Amino acid sequence: MKKVLKPIVTLLGILVAFTSCNNDSKSNAGALSSSAAEKVYVKPGDHDEFYAFISGGFSGQLSVYGLPSGRLFKVIPVFSQDAEKAWGYNEETKPMLNTSHGFIPWDDAHHPDISQTNGEIDGRWVFINGNNTPRIAKIDLSTFETTEIIEVPNSAGNHSSSFVTENTEYVVAGTRFSIPIPQKDMPIKDYKGNFKGALTFISVEPEHGHMDIKFQLIMPGFDYDLSHPGRGKSHGWFFFTTYNSEEANTLLEVNASQNDKDFIAAVNWKKIEEYVNNGGGTMMPSKYAHNVYDESTHSATSTIKEEVLTVNPLDVPGAVYLLPTPKSPHGCDVDPSGEYIVGNGKLSANLTVHSFTKMLDAIENKKFAGDAYGIPIINFEDVLAGVVEQPGLGPLHTEFDGKGNAYTTFFISSEVVKWKLETWEVVDRQPCYYSVGHLMIPGGNSQKPWGKYVLAMNKITKDRYLPTGPEVTQSAQLYDISGDKMELLLDFPTIGEPHYAAGCPADLIKPRSKKIFKLEENNHPYATKSEADTKVVRDGNTVHVYMTMIRSHFSPDNIEGIKVGDEVYFHVTNLEQDYDVPHGVSMIGANTSELLIMPGQTETFKWEPKQVGVWPFYCTDFCSALHQEMQGYVRVSAANANTPLRWSLGEDIE
Amino acid sequence: MKKSNIIMLLAAILPLGLFLFPLWRITLEAPQYPTPLAMNIHINDFSDVHPHDIKNINLMNHYVGMKYIPDAIPEFKIFPLGIIITTVIGLIIAFKGNYKWFLFWFILMIVLSSAGLYDFYIWEHDYGHNLDPKAIMKFTNPDGSIMGFQPPLFGTKDILNFTAHSYPRLGALFLGLGIAASFIAYLTGKKNHKTV
Ligand SMILES: [Cu+2]
Repeated sequence: MKKVLKPIVTLLGILVAFTSCNNDSKSNAGALSSSAAEKVYVKPGDHDEFYAFISGGFSGQLSVYGLPSGRLFKVIPVFSQDAEKAWGYNEETKPMLNTSHGFIPWDDAHHPDISQTNGEIDGRWVFINGNNTPRIAKIDLSTFETTEIIEVPNSAGNHSSSFVTENTEYVVAGTRFSIPIPQKDMPIKDYKGNFKGALTFISVEPEHGHMDIKFQLIMPGFDYDLSHPGRGKSHGWFFFTTYNSEEANTLLEVNASQNDKDFIAAVNWKKIEEYVNNGGGTMMPSKYAHNVYDESTHSATSTIKEEVLTVNPLDVPGAVYLLPTPKSPHGCDVDPSGEYIVGNGKLSANLTVHSFTKMLDAIENKKFAGDAYGIPIINFEDVLAGVVEQPGLGPLHTEFDGKGNAYTTFFISSEVVKWKLETWEVVDRQPCYYSVGHLMIPGGNSQKPWGKYVLAMNKITKDRYLPTGPEVTQSAQLYDISGDKMELLLDFPTIGEPHYAAGCPADLIKPRSKKIFKLEENNHPYATKSEADTKVVRDGNTVHVYMTMIRSHFSPDNIEGIKVGDEVYFHVTNLEQDYDVPHGVSMIGANTSELLIMPGQTETFKWEPKQVGVWPFYCTDFCSALHQEMQGYVRVSAANANTPLRWSLGEDIE
Repeated sequence: MKKSNIIMLLAAILPLGLFLFPLWRITLEAPQYPTPLAMNIHINDFSDVHPHDIKNINLMNHYVGMKYIPDAIPEFKIFPLGIIITTVIGLIIAFKGNYKWFLFWFILMIVLSSAGLYDFYIWEHDYGHNLDPKAIMKFTNPDGSIMGFQPPLFGTKDILNFTAHSYPRLGALFLGLGIAASFIAYLTGKKNHKTV
């Protein structure tokens, strides 16, 4: 077959070359003759081919870029308050940042992953983990808004997250740090044997994406680093890299780097699911918040849950195995066929690839090298598929192009290295500027990668950009991988720390993107759907202002009878039903941020006037020709005054 | 039944298409509306072409002091009645009448349609010229008179940042075909009358 194909391909190549000579008025003459600038140029009005969702790391947010242009479209607030969109400031979204520790308006957002159906990316939701106060968030890609955040109990440094199984059955949240479970006051030096690591499986309801913790697997006290689902033949399994199999509790850079091999934990989640469905597992008291944003009420609710189902791996024989992997592996990556599991041992000279088939075979023939706390350890040689010899220094993360090639980032030697599956030979390498962490191929974590580009996310950019004081931008670099050799196309700056990314073709998301919220479907309890219904209602010291906005006025725009010491809630509804016409509103002295309200939406902010006077409010988004006139006044009287409550629009208050 | 009467029967029925399809469409194009704003005019209703178009036309137009497009106008009662009555007349003629009556119906329809168009023009003129004296923005023509914002009765016209298109739709085609068919019925009937 190959013998026939080759001449045909060559012939086609010649034909294409001749054809392109004939119409060189068009600049699509093929990979070799076009410049990098042409390849990333998306001309005004045209759309990018791919969406890239790049986490902001310590910014706590998720940013949306277009590829190949590298243009930034949006920063989606997730775990951090965002004044730009009033996220975590307005009354509707404050509950989203609630946790069992109270209101935590920041987190460290690491690994976005897009939902899948049948092993392929479906573009419905992005999941992302908050590391610090363990949480998993779900972002709805019809609105590009965070619509659910679930806290993960018994977890600390929620790092080996948030990766999805091939039908989005589960999002996992593996702990990085092992801790006492349940938490208790105990000496830190007694870590070994006493601390545990929780690997949490969060089920995702197929239609609406509603999340719920199905079970937590309570594992030995290692550090769990990254994870990836099995797919295809290995669907039903999940793989987690570990480090600190030494179970050290101090000076980990030395003490957790002693063992020649750590482990990849292979978890047969289908087996555990079955066990749990048959009544297995132990309910453990445990507080965690479950926050849900409802698009119809435009409001979030936070519920504190009281218990979680835990599973001891020893109670489900055959569900968990340990695969020895050199040395402190970071990325844990499964190829599109589901056969190969790559352990990126960041202190190892070589890259280790395990075979799923060999793993099953070793399990069947009980080829074990021993056990750790009762969990069988498979013989290293019996699970090893191959080794990429000395590919670079500090391998971190591998993705696949779907054409039999793998691309690995090397943090220490600052490069992306391309190598072949099954022959394990290095075929190309390209430098990064500098210190690359993770990389992304659109569809990377699925059975169907779109192997056209690889995006490298770099930690250091010294001298690559205009300096901005001691803190300079971090950046991403885009490489064309459609040919035999990788080609660097573009550098672009990123927000926060570009930690990890997920990407997919724009066409999966674009057609489903919402343009407005329908006013008639607005079920916000304080919504006002017409100017005639606007009002101001006093209830003791609390005043509710039911306000509307439309180009280019508020209704009402004169309010009197507010008193010092009142708690004033502005419930503001945008009556527009036109795409891309939000309005903003802010009130002098308000202790939150402006509201940015989409057409058909209601949002609320709280204002506590401290001084008498007549105080203005105004629209903060340049909405229309008369935007600057979109303003109003609130008269604030002394606490003991008897100014009657009145409001008006277009006439003087009587 | 004679051939001419069958054609006349068809002619009388065709205008009923106005109850199924819009009569006219006014489209407003502007740079900030990549999807243009547009409204359909039916025999008994105005309707959005894309959701909320009329609301957004009203919002744009209020800057120059134009009134909101009303939910209903008296014509929405008169026009449907007119069509039903003329259809009934047409049917009676088709069954009972001879070709001369077909010509009568043809002329009746021409007269009524012209009156309808004229009424539409008057409405448009009022809508485009009877502006709120407190309008936010006032524009004058080169001769110093107050600029009007009347959409064209038929065709395309630039109005400030908008390009307005006004063209008949499927309903008007049904009406036009009906009228034309009555004339053909007349000619057919006349020819038969002579040959007989
Ligand atoms: Cu505004």
